[in-house]
Amino acid sequence: MSRAEPARAPGARPFALLGSELATLFRRRRTIAMLGALALVPILIAIAVRVTSAGSSGRGPAFLSDITQNGLFVGFTALTVSIPLFLPLTIGVVAGDTIAGEASLGTLRYLLVAPAGRLRLLGVKYLGAAVFAIAASAVIVVVGIGIGALLFPIGPVTLLSGDTIGAGDFALRALLMIGYVSMSLLGFAAIGTFISTLTTVPVGAMAATVVLAAASQIMDALPQLSAVHPWLFTHDWFAFGDLLRNPISWDSYAQNAVLQLGYIVVFGSLAIGRFTTTDVLS
Amino acid sequence: MTTDAAIETSGLTKIFGRQRAVDDLDLTVPRGSVFGFLGPNGSGKTTTIRMLLGLAGASSGEIRMLGAPMPGALRSVLPRVGALVEGPAIYPFLSGRANLLRLDAADLHAPSATRRARVDAALDRVGLSHAAQKKAHAYSLGMKQRLGIANALLRPRDLLILDEPSNGLDPQGTREVRSLIRSLAAEGTTVFVSSHLLSEIEQLCSHVAVMSAGRLVAHGTLEELRRGEVRVTVRTPDAANAARVLTELNLPLDEPASGDTAGSGDSVSAVLVDGVLPETVTAALVAAGVRVRGLSVAGETLEERFVALTGEGFDVAG
Ligand SMILES: Nc1ncnc2c1ncn2[C@@H]1O[C@H](COP(=O)(O)OP(=O)(O)OP(=O)(O)O)[C@@H](O)[C@H]1O
Ligand SMILES: [Mg+2]
Repeated sequence: MSRAEPARAPGARPFALLGSELATLFRRRRTIAMLGALALVPILIAIAVRVTSAGSSGRGPAFLSDITQNGLFVGFTALTVSIPLFLPLTIGVVAGDTIAGEASLGTLRYLLVAPAGRLRLLGVKYLGAAVFAIAASAVIVVVGIGIGALLFPIGPVTLLSGDTIGAGDFALRALLMIGYVSMSLLGFAAIGTFISTLTTVPVGAMAATVVLAAASQIMDALPQLSAVHPWLFTHDWFAFGDLLRNPISWDSYAQNAVLQLGYIVVFGSLAIGRFTTTDVLS
Repeated sequence: MTTDAAIETSGLTKIFGRQRAVDDLDLTVPRGSVFGFLGPNGSGKTTTIRMLLGLAGASSGEIRMLGAPMPGALRSVLPRVGALVEGPAIYPFLSGRANLLRLDAADLHAPSATRRARVDAALDRVGLSHAAQKKAHAYSLGMKQRLGIANALLRPRDLLILDEPSNGLDPQGTREVRSLIRSLAAEGTTVFVSSHLLSEIEQLCSHVAVMSAGRLVAHGTLEELRRGEVRVTVRTPDAANAARVLTELNLPLDEPASGDTAGSGDSVSAVLVDGVLPETVTAALVAAGVRVRGLSVAGETLEERFVALTGEGFDVAG
């Protein structure tokens, strides 16, 4: 009387859960609100500079003084402003919520009984957080370029190396910038996902994750700890200047990629070890 | 171990800290049965179900489900098992339908092409079709419960594990769940249901197991469990007199309900020991001049048996 063995049924799509995860994440009001808040950063910067554009003193975040000459720099300025706090905050919320959020809703047990497979679920959850990191960086840059084009003159962009590039090349650099910043956050997202497997209280996981980002940046600022600086996951967060030189120097890109990969491997393994062995009692 | 049991555990134990929440459980759920899993609060029912489904690991002991070892064969067994564990769980920001679509997408083996049709059929089966588009945070307790049951029915199942399925349901919903379980059982699905509604269990189940403080205290068919004493109850204004007659017939009188002394109420009951016929009792009562308003003979109810097995005490076992 046993029904057909449920070998991978024809028509079962292995990526259905990822699709469902992304749809759930990005339809959620909280996610939309966070992306909206990130979009406000370039908008506020552009308006502030526009209103007070009398004289730029040369102080302030990177690229700020370039905005009045070329509105395309708004996106980069906003990215620089968002990296220390706003980006880690929003990604900490999403990554900290991955497993703990499902556990607190109780839906975790139903996903596992479906069965989603613990490894598959963890992977899908991490990918969701990673996609959010890309979306967050992209929103800042794209909205920044848009509002900059609206409020300021735009034209050929002068790079840090003094060369001038056209629109196509600029679009490429903007993409690289989004790629660099979101990649910088992947290790951090892995830490958040691991912390999320430790608790059923999502707010706790989110707070702990965000605190770690702050702690890492503080350690990176203390010269006494210079020995550990290269190992901090926040260490290369600002090293995207190389993307604005000609020719592009890939050194920092590669170095950061290796660092982030290291964090993904370590915290991914910890998360797997934890999540595949603990009891789901929520 | 035989293989034709839907669920079979041996020595199943779960220890939380120093507490043995489930203690050396040997359970056999025959295929095709409707199996009632009973026990007071905190007796280990949900913990057992969590272990069956691979949510919690056993501290020791073995589980076979649908003929395969668990949690080893989890990936091939669970798609054939529908479950409601410790109440429903919902994504409050999604509609009822979107909740089910998501949980179905989590099943690696569920065909995507039929997903919408299966979700709609499950919603229909629990009477939620009209509320399917409503955000689940706006669902009432019973609507959430129905959604949880619909989730268990997303695919044809060989085994349903339902932890208190009638919790929070209105009388129509309770009846509906009862007939749902009956029709699924008629289709050959084994149903393992935990409940505190003993009258429900009595109407539904072919087999029953009773847990108490983590241990199995009874296990068998409903008849086996209920077998036991038959009682005779006499309704009369002459209770004291009736009690004397019953005692003379060597029928052990029941303890009077608290507050009453023997024979002070308007009914008396006693165990009808073997060999004493109801008509003998009636004749003796009438001969003694007892004004009999009613006399009934009944087997033990499941509730009485349950209390006898698990104790009168209201406090949960720590
Ligand atoms: N996460 C946990 N940590 C520690 N002890 C637990 C945990 N979950 C359950 N227990 C304990 O295990 C015992 C059995 O709990 P369980 O939930 O299985 O009871 P139950 O039979 O389902 O009760 P109810 O009828 O109230 O649903 C209880 O004493 C409970 O305190
Ligand atoms: Mg329970």
